[in-house]
Amino acid sequence: MLLRHTPKEITERSALTINPAKTCQPIGAMYAALGIHGCLPHSHGSQGCCAYHRSALTRHYKEPVSAATSSFTEGSSVFGGQANLMQAFSNIFTVYNPEIIAVHTTCLSETIGDDLPQIRKKAIAEGKIPEGKYVISASTPSYAGSHVTGFSNMVKAMTELAEPTGKKNGKVNLIPGWVEPCDMEELKRLSKLMGVGTIMFPDTSGVLNTPLTGEYKMFPDGGVTIAELKSTADSIGTIALGEWCSGDAARELDSKHKVPCKVLDMPFGLKATDRFVDALHKMAGVNVPEEIMVERGQLVDLISDMHQYFYHKKVALAGDPDQLIAMTEFLVSIDMCPVHIVTGTPGKKFEKRIKELTAGMPYQVNVRAKGDFFLLHQWMKNEPVDLLISNTYGKYIARDEDVPFLRWGFPILDRQGHQYFPTVGYKGGLRLLEKILTLLLDRKDRDDTEMKFELVL
Amino acid sequence: MTAVKSRKAQLGPAEVKAELLAKYPPKVARKRSKQIMINEALENGTPEITANVRTIPGIITMRGCTYAGCKGVIMGPTRDIVNLVHGPIGCSFYAWLTRRNQTDPGPEGPDGENFMTYAFSTDMQEQDIIFGGEKKLAAAIQEAYDLFHPKSIAVFATCPVGLIGDDIHTVSRQMKEKLGDCNVYAFSCEGYKGVSQSAGHHIANNQVFKHIVGVDDRPVEGKYKISLLGEYNIGGDGFEIDRIFKKCGITNIATFSGNSTYKQFATAHQADLNAVMCHRSINYVADMMETKFGIPWIKVNFIGAKATAKSLRKIAAYFEDKELIDRVEAVIAEEMPEVEAAVAEILPRTEGKTAMMFVGGSRAHHYNELFKEMGMKTISAGYEFGHRDDYEGRRVIPTIEVDADSRNIEEIEVEADATRFKPRKTAEAMQALEAAGAVKFKDYEGLAPDMEAGTLIIDDLNQHEAETLVKLLKPDIFCAGIKEKFSIQKLGIPMKQLHSYDSGGPYAGFQGAVNFYKEIDRLVNSKVWSYMKAPWQENPQLSGAYVWE
Repeated sequence: MLLRHTPKEITERSALTINPAKTCQPIGAMYAALGIHGCLPHSHGSQGCCAYHRSALTRHYKEPVSAATSSFTEGSSVFGGQANLMQAFSNIFTVYNPEIIAVHTTCLSETIGDDLPQIRKKAIAEGKIPEGKYVISASTPSYAGSHVTGFSNMVKAMTELAEPTGKKNGKVNLIPGWVEPCDMEELKRLSKLMGVGTIMFPDTSGVLNTPLTGEYKMFPDGGVTIAELKSTADSIGTIALGEWCSGDAARELDSKHKVPCKVLDMPFGLKATDRFVDALHKMAGVNVPEEIMVERGQLVDLISDMHQYFYHKKVALAGDPDQLIAMTEFLVSIDMCPVHIVTGTPGKKFEKRIKELTAGMPYQVNVRAKGDFFLLHQWMKNEPVDLLISNTYGKYIARDEDVPFLRWGFPILDRQGHQYFPTVGYKGGLRLLEKILTLLLDRKDRDDTEMKFELVL
Repeated sequence: MTAVKSRKAQLGPAEVKAELLAKYPPKVARKRSKQIMINEALENGTPEITANVRTIPGIITMRGCTYAGCKGVIMGPTRDIVNLVHGPIGCSFYAWLTRRNQTDPGPEGPDGENFMTYAFSTDMQEQDIIFGGEKKLAAAIQEAYDLFHPKSIAVFATCPVGLIGDDIHTVSRQMKEKLGDCNVYAFSCEGYKGVSQSAGHHIANNQVFKHIVGVDDRPVEGKYKISLLGEYNIGGDGFEIDRIFKKCGITNIATFSGNSTYKQFATAHQADLNAVMCHRSINYVADMMETKFGIPWIKVNFIGAKATAKSLRKIAAYFEDKELIDRVEAVIAEEMPEVEAAVAEILPRTEGKTAMMFVGGSRAHHYNELFKEMGMKTISAGYEFGHRDDYEGRRVIPTIEVDADSRNIEEIEVEADATRFKPRKTAEAMQALEAAGAVKFKDYEGLAPDMEAGTLIIDDLNQHEAETLVKLLKPDIFCAGIKEKFSIQKLGIPMKQLHSYDSGGPYAGFQGAVNFYKEIDRLVNSKVWSYMKAPWQENPQLSGAYVWE
């Protein structure tokens, strides 16, 4: 047993986190920053953070992830990192020449209290930032929230660039939240089918799924452009997907530039996708085309065809709040039973929302924000499940408990496909269901006796 | 077959170096110039390189931090110590199973202690930063003890811990006294210390030596007792080396620290020889063990079949025992045919090809041997965090100046143990062995002498230099880590990770050599590198076609 020391008996822990279901803020900020065209993320701290965050993102996407760091030494940790950041600006623009640098912080620079906006002002005053180039910054202390918070903080920082011209651009701002590049592509495809012009930010499609051509572009073709970010202030509205990931940025544009916003769940599964399509249709004043109706109908068709295999199957889930809320709703909507749900990300609203979504289920539901994989495993030992859905770290529990395992979320370190095949929208719903079905039926085929073994399922 | 045409003969090393520096602001160019050395491979030494100096901000370094060097590298692989990270969650999360230190749960079987699959953290929050995290740390140690009853708990500091002044050493000492049967100690390995992972190695060495090595005097049985220092069992390297040791009748008391246990460290002072693989990470412990217990150390290298044979012969020569010497020769004779067959098979496809290697602090040197066995030449190499002695050999140690950035890394004073110091050999016997050319004690010649003249040795390579080097010199394979892998491959150059082995391995020992030959053959001859251009790009001229009416 790989997790042989995890006891079935649950004792309360007040100080010790074991096998976290979250990581720290800056990696989220780094991922978000990669969704700006021509952007180099910059980590203002000691260089270990930056190395870890780049490695983790690269292991997930199997793509180059460039980011620079202030490389604090002990001296700068005591006396402040301003000189490091000023040097970094000049080196980065000279050697790598990005359009924009997106700076985030770490627990180091936050604890010592480096003032990023002040350093940026000084850099501008001293001509360290070349004409026509930009620097944005987000405060991302690792000791608050999680990687999701860091993502949200950097997305919010992008709204600093918004510049109203007084003339509406007729577009909808679309804040997709922390999803895969292919998910962002899928959301753009749906918008395009509806004839809605969008500004998506961040947009990592074309950045973290680039082709192999013999040429390496540190700044690939994808990403939201600075011109588009400026134009977000002129959009007819903003649709933000995921309260934790995207809510703050949307509200910022609303309060600063009067761009009305709607914060929705991430469009995983039938109902959340319905709400997304409906909101887009209303905000842009367009009809939903037949093509999208067909996709929706196909998803409903698959649910009805295969319902017998989903019905009342118990599921354990670990991941990030926005994704888990949508997934829980999806599972409940097809009569599956999510019974254990943890996120490492804090937020009381999460537990409340999950309880609402699972009210009336025939099983008791365990839910915990600020939980960890250790607790989830203990719950599973006490109330076994038919399926585990989480990032790659769940594979140790899945193996020990012999439970079918769906990799979903961040990070997925040991499988391919997640970066190319979306799980949002109706098409994504089809794919999620196909994956779940395959897992459940593979298990049935494995477990059935020879007498019960069936050709047609 | 690579799609890119070879340009290697066109540029001299000085021109390449100039190209690498051309884009930099003058100050940066001056600094980097000292870290890029054109190897002259002189018999009396090589030119001096600047290493182990601070990273240039914004340069896109490959380096990590002190915490990674301490917890991630040295302490992480020990399976029965609870490694508790005191800090916000990230540091613990990123070091959770990401280095491939394979682990055998031991003779206790499935009941054996194995905490490798767990990540333990105090997950510091805002209030811990403001009011201090000592109480939470003590509580976390207690909770870990209550849940797992480990024989030892190690506490690791992260960046904010040093800044807010948490005294993790006092907390650990108090908890050790309170718990009674659990050895608790701490590592002040804040990420900002030193300039790289290297400081973390040193900090780990000091604390392991102070708190664990030699605490268990119960005798360890076995003939030809050695410890293997600086081998982390990535992809099962240590398993393969242990297989060979066992076959030779050599008893490996302790591996620092691949597939290791607390007890191995605790009894390591009983070895009669320390064999050092990774010089950078563990030479401190080797030196301290010699001073305190009288155990000599020699440098070994089990990467490459010939290097493995050579290292085994050195160990046998040290023990001066005919039975062992014969046994080692018999094992080499038994293992080599398979290796030779594998070389014969791949050589026609690898001979004459070129490699570049930029790996942590030892592999850029070790893997030279393997590439040589394949008839391949290393045209450029370097370390992320090697010191001058790793490049130029230990003879330069007296001339190395510790700069301001590394001055605060503790050097501990070690004296001969009053009761347990026992020279394993007399000074005369050691001199005689050295004179006979059988072994060299406490010696390491470094990377540079093994590199050919005119090759480029580059310290702390960055993204810009990696890309420029590859474009200018078009190696047939580039070896580094995960952060470099995909940008190099986008350029159409096969890339081999020499940290994680791309999920492969083992590459150590005889079987490892065979694995590596096959892997490099696969990479440099993969068809995929010929697919980057579509047919209409390879043949771009416009052509007409008849339209069938």
